[in-house]
Amino acid sequence: MNTAVGARDFGVYVHVPFCSVRCGYCDFNTYAPGEVEGATREGYVEAALREMDLARAAMPGDTRAARTVFFGGGTPTMLDSSALIALLDGIRGTWGLSADAEVTTEANPDSVTKESLHALARAGFTRVSLGMQSAVPHVLRTLDRTHNPANVARAVAAARDAGLKVSLDLIYGTPGESLSDWRASLEAVIALEPDHVSAYALVIEPGTRMGAQLRRGEVQPTDPDTQADMYELADTLLSEAGYSWYEVSNWAREPGDRCRHNMAYWRSQDWWGVGPGAHSYLGPHAHPDGEQVPARRWWNVKHPRAYAARLAEGGSPEAEGESLDPEDLRLEQVMLRLRLSEGIPAELIEGRAEAVSTLIADGLLDGAAALRGTLKLTRRGRLLADLAVRALAF
Amino acid sequence: MRARAAAVPPDFVGEYPAPTSTNRGTVITVSADPRIEPASTQPALIRNFCIIAHIDHGKSTLADRMLQLTGVVEPRQMKAQYLDRMDIERERGITIKSQAVRMPWSVDGAPHALNMIDTPGHVDFTYEVSRSLAACEGAILLVDAAQGIEAQTLANLYLAMENDLTIIPVLNKIDLPSADPDRYAAELAQLIGCEVEDVLRVSGKTGAGVPELLDRVVRDIPAPVGDADAPTRAMIFDSVYDTYRGVVTYVRVVDGSLKPREKIAMMSTLATHDLLEIGVISPEPVPTKGLGVGEVGYLITGVKDVRQSKVGDTVTLAGRRAEQSLGGYRDPKPMVYSGLFPLDGSDFPILRDALDKLQLNDASLVYEPESSVALGFGFRCGYLGLLHLEIVRDRLEREFGLDLISTAPNVVYEVQMEDGKVHTVTNPSEFPGGKIHEVREPVVKASILVPSEFIGTVMELCQERRGVMGTMNYLSETRVEMHYTLPLAEVVFDFFDQLKSRTRGYGSLDYEPAGDQVADLVKVDILLQGEQVDAFSAVVHKDKAYSYGLSMVGKLKDLIDRQQFEVPIQAAVGSRIIARETIRAIRKDVLAKCYGGDISRKRKLLEKQKAGKKRMKNIGSVEVPPEAFIAALSTSDDGSDKGKKK
Repeated sequence: MNTAVGARDFGVYVHVPFCSVRCGYCDFNTYAPGEVEGATREGYVEAALREMDLARAAMPGDTRAARTVFFGGGTPTMLDSSALIALLDGIRGTWGLSADAEVTTEANPDSVTKESLHALARAGFTRVSLGMQSAVPHVLRTLDRTHNPANVARAVAAARDAGLKVSLDLIYGTPGESLSDWRASLEAVIALEPDHVSAYALVIEPGTRMGAQLRRGEVQPTDPDTQADMYELADTLLSEAGYSWYEVSNWAREPGDRCRHNMAYWRSQDWWGVGPGAHSYLGPHAHPDGEQVPARRWWNVKHPRAYAARLAEGGSPEAEGESLDPEDLRLEQVMLRLRLSEGIPAELIEGRAEAVSTLIADGLLDGAAALRGTLKLTRRGRLLADLAVRALAF
Repeated sequence: MRARAAAVPPDFVGEYPAPTSTNRGTVITVSADPRIEPASTQPALIRNFCIIAHIDHGKSTLADRMLQLTGVVEPRQMKAQYLDRMDIERERGITIKSQAVRMPWSVDGAPHALNMIDTPGHVDFTYEVSRSLAACEGAILLVDAAQGIEAQTLANLYLAMENDLTIIPVLNKIDLPSADPDRYAAELAQLIGCEVEDVLRVSGKTGAGVPELLDRVVRDIPAPVGDADAPTRAMIFDSVYDTYRGVVTYVRVVDGSLKPREKIAMMSTLATHDLLEIGVISPEPVPTKGLGVGEVGYLITGVKDVRQSKVGDTVTLAGRRAEQSLGGYRDPKPMVYSGLFPLDGSDFPILRDALDKLQLNDASLVYEPESSVALGFGFRCGYLGLLHLEIVRDRLEREFGLDLISTAPNVVYEVQMEDGKVHTVTNPSEFPGGKIHEVREPVVKASILVPSEFIGTVMELCQERRGVMGTMNYLSETRVEMHYTLPLAEVVFDFFDQLKSRTRGYGSLDYEPAGDQVADLVKVDILLQGEQVDAFSAVVHKDKAYSYGLSMVGKLKDLIDRQQFEVPIQAAVGSRIIARETIRAIRKDVLAKCYGGDISRKRKLLEKQKAGKKRMKNIGSVEVPPEAFIAALSTSDDGSDKGKKK
């Protein structure tokens, strides 16, 4: 498990904690104007660049350039493209960018223009992931999404024009969304011919506005069986349209269209998360002085003001962290990699032949692949992936 | 000799205030006055008494106050409720094992030795109560001045009066704002036939009235009588196991005397033991030169098992045996059975050792190995009653770190087949099939005390539980005592909880075995995916089989998580299905997203699920949570409020 540093890819995640409004279902670390006092976007960029300086010093002897960069949020495009470019330049200066680097930003269809997308592409961005969520007005309203559905097509065309690859993000299982609403959204997506599609089941978290509505009985949660129907419909329609799944919630046209940054998470590669509340992971490695450093995850303080304040004082923005022992790592690998279409090598699951056999018999694992030494989920298995992980991991 | 005032040093600032009266009585330590030296105290100076009280009526607090007033416990060492030793007892506020404390108290300049014998207060331990009463000449009837007498107290009062004990009626907690001493004094006076003025009013909390009560004990309760020259006879009224000393046996000497190093004999078995130590409790064990007529103390013989020193048995001398035992001895008979299974099958040996150890201290606990298809290896245990069951399970979990599943309690059935064969059924899963001539079930005589506004409610409850009404007495204008004959099975099945909730907590219950009766009973089986789950089988009245089956399958449907496959749950009588529910197959169990930050969270969730999975019992391919087994213990709809731990 103590792989040399060079054996793992390195990526950078940049968390941009700003949105124009907070959506009712959202529990991410983001702030709409008025929610955040004393944290400006300018202050944020400055602080993020400071964190990069610290990061470089914290990775002595590590010469890896970033192979993937991902700007997520929040809505990264709430920042001017010049600010995003300044941050990407910061990454270049800190770690370097490999020649074939994948550089993605999430974007709200309303917050991009032809000009801004062109500027991003010229600066080295290669990919844009548009938060479309749904093509059905009443579903968008329930989700508090303000964008005009027509803007999605415009944004897709502008991104194409700028030479960027395009991913469209969808949410299914919104309260009040019918199977035919969902079909309409899928068909709209397919018609726009993106390179990549993500479809996430809506999870209503307790601390959110929608969570409160649920508690008060104002919205009805979607039956998990309906969500399963929706997933199966998505997989059927997307497959028919030439997309194949490569991760439980992600489909791509060609292997080259897959989101490499996302894949790095599932494959337990290394990444540095820059920004308030961002998480980082560095696998086990040897320090230049020869000492073995165990795998570690850590995360930054959440509030942009606290984040900026810490960095302004020259301190680390880290809030908390944990070291992972080999058993933790093994559990994580099973849990994360099993979600990928490439599956996991059977060696990861030693001594669980009976569990594997049961999962094959129950139709959760692909039997033929298992005979060849790889454990891959079937479609039924993808929907019951957590159950399969529990059966395999312990 | 020292003044009692010294018992409360001037620097005392604890929660126990100084006594309100200081001009009466003096305190003598156990051996300070030769006149009340153990082994040589004249019976005339001895008073043996117990306190009859309901749980929460303040017996332990009053006992604490007496220990403090008589100087046997220094205030600074005062542990609240000194007499209740076990943690469980302290938490539940009840006394399981009785003990006897010797306290000095002077009246009119004459020192006396008071032996306070602590009695258990719950219906399950009636036999132990009766033995404790038999060791006394008098009893303090202690009643909460805000609540009045309860059914169990009334039951113990009857026992005490049957034993010709002198009763000193006392109202406690007179310091409470809600106390209504005039009303309850009248009730007590009417019950025992005394004047209202004879009812003492005390507060165990403040100490008010307690010195007067001690004086009354000396004045009113007769001194013990016995023949000092006759062959020794001492009655065992309690027997507890101590890790370091082995069995500690509490006795009351009736005739003759006991001295250290003598060889004693148990009259029920004629087994002999060497008397290694003899002494009195004051309030810690103090070895003495012996025990004479009327005295109360403890014996240590090196025996390791309380079954060799049984409550109710008579101790005599091996060299000079008494002819006749004191009588009243009987083997405890389990009334309620239930299966105990370790959640983790590999804990079985620990459970076995734990039960062996508990039995050293609890002669009424019986058990034998049982194997269940659903729950694996465990024990079928017999208890005196439901409280006894709960206490045993609590102690096993707490003192031995075990996680246990206990199956629904059941009573013992006699099943006579048409071919004349008779089966004694202590486990519903062993209820025979085939042609049954008749089934007999145990019944109890129950006495229920309630405010008169709840008469209708109680009648309704008892009717639902197949009760037959007997007489009804008014204790006062507003309180009645109702007598019912009820099947024991109906009483052990959450009857008390129902009584409490339907009478807003006012109802109290006491019951005693009253033989058995023929009843129309059937066995209801529960099937999961067509497989019978032995642990869910129950014997119920024919008229209730359908509603029982329906409620069980409904509860299980809610308690068992959806599985990969559809799981039918059925209730059946014989081969006839009487109720059915289906747990739909789960189709989706996957987190849609997994951000960097979610990875730690998800891994932790997985580790938690791992622990959860370990708790599950696999029945066929169905994972059943332990809560499902507890559900059978309750008639309530959610099934989760009863039987859960603490």
